[in-house]
Amino acid sequence: MSGGRTPSQTVGPFFSIGMSWDAGPFVVPEGTDGAFWIRGAMSDGAGRPVPDGVVEIWQRGPDGRFPAIPGGFRGFGRSSTDERGGFEFHTVKPGAVDGAPYLDVAVFARGLLNHLFTRIYFADEQAANASDPVLAAIGDEAARRSLMAEPTRDGYRFDIRLQGEHETAFFAI
Amino acid sequence: MTAERPEAVDPPYDYPAYRSTVLRAPSRPLVPISGAIDDLTGPMFGDDRVQGGDDDLTAGHAGEPQGQRIIVHGQLLDGDGRPVPGALVEVWQANAGGRYLHDNDRHPSPLDPNFTGAGRCLTDGEGRYRFTTIKPGSYPWGNHDNAWRPAHIHFSVFGRAFTQRLVTQMYFPDDPLFDHDPIFNSIPDERVRQRLVSRFDLDATVPEWALGFSWDIVLRGGRATPVEEPPT
Repeated sequence: MSGGRTPSQTVGPFFSIGMSWDAGPFVVPEGTDGAFWIRGAMSDGAGRPVPDGVVEIWQRGPDGRFPAIPGGFRGFGRSSTDERGGFEFHTVKPGAVDGAPYLDVAVFARGLLNHLFTRIYFADEQAANASDPVLAAIGDEAARRSLMAEPTRDGYRFDIRLQGEHETAFFAI
Repeated sequence: MTAERPEAVDPPYDYPAYRSTVLRAPSRPLVPISGAIDDLTGPMFGDDRVQGGDDDLTAGHAGEPQGQRIIVHGQLLDGDGRPVPGALVEVWQANAGGRYLHDNDRHPSPLDPNFTGAGRCLTDGEGRYRFTTIKPGSYPWGNHDNAWRPAHIHFSVFGRAFTQRLVTQMYFPDDPLFDHDPIFNSIPDERVRQRLVSRFDLDATVPEWALGFSWDIVLRGGRATPVEEPPT
């Protein structure tokens, strides 16, 4: 018998023993049509890098569907942060359903007793972003902007600021 | 202003007794978007992540690890009490002396050449998982004067939906360090806290070989909307 939901605890500083995964950052293999890199850095309330965080993404495929069976398009990526707080994912842009294309994001780190949920939207999808119900529910313009990945030479840039000025908008699910 | 708790079950983000929260807890309220979330699925894993033998942390080395051999098993359930089959469960832990196989672990206790401390499995058709491992040791962690973590195994669990994602820690019964650990005590409700403590399970004990511990994991609601728990 079980009595109620199991609470969260921090991932701690040594999660790489159990969670590091060489293929983790590759939502799609290298050479996939239309693939790009999303790179960013995680920082704390003092603006310092978070070198012991882990970021996960979950996304629809280009056809707008979430993968339903193992094998093929995985839809999932996991990247530990490096000493500069850096993380990266190799992926494709998801198809949009009822709004803008986005990636679901979960953020874990020592010092986070619960993980954080957010989303990555794409700054070059202005029309779709304007029609997105989740973005519309965020009143604050700076908070909306914190969810926008900006185009770069080989993909997009998306930083995660856990605390302070320019703090990333995190979601209560 | 500090971030709201997702639910009363979980610890707060801002919990200064655990010093690492001070600069990492969000300072703004979480944005409530549960009504707009339609992501009722989550990643499915297979042999891209789990291979035979990954559920035995005592295997895969030249010899047997030091320490008390144990079986840790339980059932993964969603908030409606339904078993979650085929879910990825990842675990990691310190060795019997309380030392992690990690460059940043400076605890002056020896590494064990026969223990890495990582395991994985997929839950079976009834949502059950089972690991063979050794009981991890307690270790000092510098959070405050003479701070020691109660013995624990880290668990990372995927449910049916990405919104059910859970990372937590499983503890062992009657640990004398419970009262002194801010991570354990960050969960405000004492009864909820006890959900992280495994139960000694004589039935799971393998005679002449390993002690058994049982620990079920309950995820947030599995249906269209996450279920808020009624106060108990």
